[in-house]
Amino acid sequence: MEPEPASKTSAIFEITGVTKIYQTGEVEVRALNGVELKLQRGEMAVLLGPSGSGKSTLLNIIGGLDRPTSGSVKFKGEELAAASDRELTLYRRNHVGFVFQFYNLIPSLTAWENVALITEVATSPMSPADALALVGLENRMHHFPAQLSGGEQQRVAIARAIAKRPEVLLCDEPTGALDSATGIIVLEALARVNAETGATTAIITHNAGIRKIAHRVYSFLDGRIASCVVNEVRIQPSEVSW
Amino acid sequence: MNPLSMLDRKIVRDLVRLWAQSLAVALVMACGVMTLILALGAARALDDTRTAFYDRTRFGEIFASATRAPESIKAAISAIDGVSAVATRIVNPVIIDITGMAEPATGMLISIPDHGDPAVNRLYLRSGRLPEPGRDNEATVIEAFAEAHGFRPGDTFDVLINGRKRSLSISGIVLSPEYVYAIGPGDMVPDQKRFGVIHMHRSVLDGAYDMKGAFNDVSLTLSRYADRKDVIARLDRLLEPHGGTGAYGRKEHVSDAFLDTELSQLRAMTQVIPPIFLFIAAFLINMILSRLIALEREQIGLLKAVGYTNAAITWHYAKLTLAISLVGITIGAVAGTRLGHGMASLYGEFYSFPFLVFSQKPDLYVISTLVTFAAALAGAANAIHGAVQLPPAVAMRPPAPTRYRNLFNASAGGFRLPFSQLTVMALRHLVRWPLRTALTTLGTALPVALLITSLFAFDSVEHMIDTIWFQADRQDATLTFASDRSGDAIREVSRLPGVMAAEPFRATAATLRNGHRSRNIQILASDPVTDVSRVLDREFAAIALPPAGILLTERLARHLELMAGDQVDTELHDGQGRRVLVPLVGVTNSYVGLNANMSRQALDRLSGRGGLISGARVIVDESRLDDLYAEVKQTPAIASVALQGISRQRFRAVIEENIGISITIYVTLAVIITFGVIYNSARIQLSERARELTSLRVFGFTSGEVSSVLMTELGVMVILAQPLGWLIGHTFSVLVAQGFATDLFRIPLIINPSTYAVSSLIVLSGALVSALIVRRRIDRLDLIRVLKTRD
Repeated sequence: MEPEPASKTSAIFEITGVTKIYQTGEVEVRALNGVELKLQRGEMAVLLGPSGSGKSTLLNIIGGLDRPTSGSVKFKGEELAAASDRELTLYRRNHVGFVFQFYNLIPSLTAWENVALITEVATSPMSPADALALVGLENRMHHFPAQLSGGEQQRVAIARAIAKRPEVLLCDEPTGALDSATGIIVLEALARVNAETGATTAIITHNAGIRKIAHRVYSFLDGRIASCVVNEVRIQPSEVSW
Repeated sequence: MNPLSMLDRKIVRDLVRLWAQSLAVALVMACGVMTLILALGAARALDDTRTAFYDRTRFGEIFASATRAPESIKAAISAIDGVSAVATRIVNPVIIDITGMAEPATGMLISIPDHGDPAVNRLYLRSGRLPEPGRDNEATVIEAFAEAHGFRPGDTFDVLINGRKRSLSISGIVLSPEYVYAIGPGDMVPDQKRFGVIHMHRSVLDGAYDMKGAFNDVSLTLSRYADRKDVIARLDRLLEPHGGTGAYGRKEHVSDAFLDTELSQLRAMTQVIPPIFLFIAAFLINMILSRLIALEREQIGLLKAVGYTNAAITWHYAKLTLAISLVGITIGAVAGTRLGHGMASLYGEFYSFPFLVFSQKPDLYVISTLVTFAAALAGAANAIHGAVQLPPAVAMRPPAPTRYRNLFNASAGGFRLPFSQLTVMALRHLVRWPLRTALTTLGTALPVALLITSLFAFDSVEHMIDTIWFQADRQDATLTFASDRSGDAIREVSRLPGVMAAEPFRATAATLRNGHRSRNIQILASDPVTDVSRVLDREFAAIALPPAGILLTERLARHLELMAGDQVDTELHDGQGRRVLVPLVGVTNSYVGLNANMSRQALDRLSGRGGLISGARVIVDESRLDDLYAEVKQTPAIASVALQGISRQRFRAVIEENIGISITIYVTLAVIITFGVIYNSARIQLSERARELTSLRVFGFTSGEVSSVLMTELGVMVILAQPLGWLIGHTFSVLVAQGFATDLFRIPLIINPSTYAVSSLIVLSGALVSALIVRRRIDRLDLIRVLKTRD
């Protein structure tokens, strides 16, 4: 595998001095504490760390689901920290694909329809059938979520995330609810999508085995990035030891 | 020590958390309780008061009048088997002249014994005293009339008695069981100013009407086991030679019949409206509790795992249900009691009782409470049963994912439905829970129906006013002579000041029979073709009176089971007692009373006495009305005058006030139901679909797009509810129109398209506001929390 993405010099996200403080009752929780990070266009990054280390908070901020308490988050030079709700909604709609641990599929829509739900409002999407083919689900398109296995459901979620051709694909514990064999299939789908669509992909996991499939690995601890490792040699998802 | 168990604390907190939804249900229940207490309480108040008042005043059970019957037959009447008391009287219509009032009032002048109380129809003295023997100008008047004119004992007014003007002094103000609902000739609703009842000593009226040793009116009370029909038949035989016009029972007594109508309306209300509210409340309780139990599924599993029994869990949710019901019952009881007092004072305006206490016996509240509890628990039963059925291990696991059917398939090859995936989501959800969708739709249809049923009265009354006063009886006044006069009298009427047109009529009391069915009515006869007062056929077209035969109104024909072409067994009560078969030549339309019409020539032939008229219907130059009034007050031959123009205004005013009140009530009730159904429905959908809808927000759908899923679902149900509501409303209206039809009047079933539209608009607005309240919650969805949890 290639060690670095093609456009390694241009950062799609520039994150500087980001803190996030949650006020829950009388307790103040400092979820992020001065995070500095640059995500390069087209790279696959793994954000690694124990529960509560701040990686999901950062992903939510990058994804436009939340705003930092202080600091700056720039997407292609545009400040997200100061964006309005409406601007964040449009940002998510036009630029970001999400994959979550619990799939978040709409149970009343089939696999095809779950993808079409997004392509209907996207500006230049691929067809739902193509997106599903990309994750190997061309034969399960007209099944409802209740008729699909966990791995299949997660692949539908990936197909839904990538069908709009997002510039950013954010995955929060995408294999967290899956067994190892299914997890590998999902990671393969993510790697393939990253390679074929060039979407900058950030994967949150607490599974250290996954880190070697990434271009770059950020390790979180207590709301900070403790280390950043560039993988000179990436492994195939099938080689991941769970 | 804390008196609340842990589970009870949970109930308190659940109630606090679910306060808005619980209140919405409680308000629907409150409406049920309120209408139950109101209608049942009012019906009881009216019924009890009536019974007590009738007993106290010995209100007659059989009534009859004659032209002039000798007092000597009183003994024979008393001797009829089953008769317990007899009162013979002199009763005559009079014209009353009140200083400062241009139009003449009409009155009934009734004799009372010179000494002692009458045996039947006693008076209830409100102030002053009964006339004293020897004081010939003393009289009592009924309270409503006295109040309308501010009369007090000692005041005087003028009356035209048998052509002589007399000044009467009011000795006392009374109530009479015969005039609890005091309605004057030609009036549709009581007009206290223009109709009075005057009681004077028999000896005075004997002299005034030259009736010494005779009477023209008799009332009887009966012993417990009397055979009414037999008494009526025997009384008729005794009075026949003396111009008896046919005896009748209380059911046909105008005042009592109006009370009966009111009572049957109240009883109908008790049977229809509270059940609607309780049904909706039960359904809402079911919806809320099912959702609560779904959310608390794991808690229930845990409770069972640690050893709580099914009974304890059942009782826990039952208590929550009862707590919500208790709020509803309390609000309903307070509102019902307060409105009940309002209703009682409204009745006070229409019905002259010495007292009308709104019944607040505890049993009324006990019944309301039990009925409401029962309805609420019935609604809760299914949800609670589902909760306790689950084994603890299963309950603690999340429920299996919901399976949907592949309907409204936007991806199906060939035919493609023009739905977005958001719409497909909404529609599939509706179909997934068909019973809930159907009940929510029905729950939204019912307020539409309720509104149509109450608003259609407007359309019907407009139609009634048009038919009665602009199509049929178009005269400004009806003058009735003291006794039948020759046809030439019409010329004298024409010469009265301001009279522009005058049409003669003859009225004769008669009994119509067909087999065992019979009715005492007045046959009204006029010229074959008339312009002022017209007889209408079933299509509301004016018809000419045929030279022979009789016309009956639809209701009378139906009562007698007669059809056009049949022979009507007709007995005239004109002193001749002729009984002949008259062909029924047609059926007519009238909203008031039971009418029989003939041409004058046909009635003349039938009675054997031609050329007589009983009065005239006149059109008057409005600018000369006062002159006519002044003249009528001086004309001995005119016994009574009915002023149709004033009747119409009064009718419209009274009906509009009543309709105004009932519309305010029904619109409030409809809005409460709509809010209860839509708000709860939306809250539950939001709760069930929070995860889906939040996911949509995460994927970049705007709040507006996300709410469209919810709004589409609600919208489909609310739209479907409209035609259903129209259908149910139409059916209810048919039932109401049928139920309100009495011999006195009937309400036509006229529902204008605008009534359907207005009813729908009110419910649609209520639904929209309820939905928008819930929509605001979509803006506040926590995007992050929901992503970290399983369904």
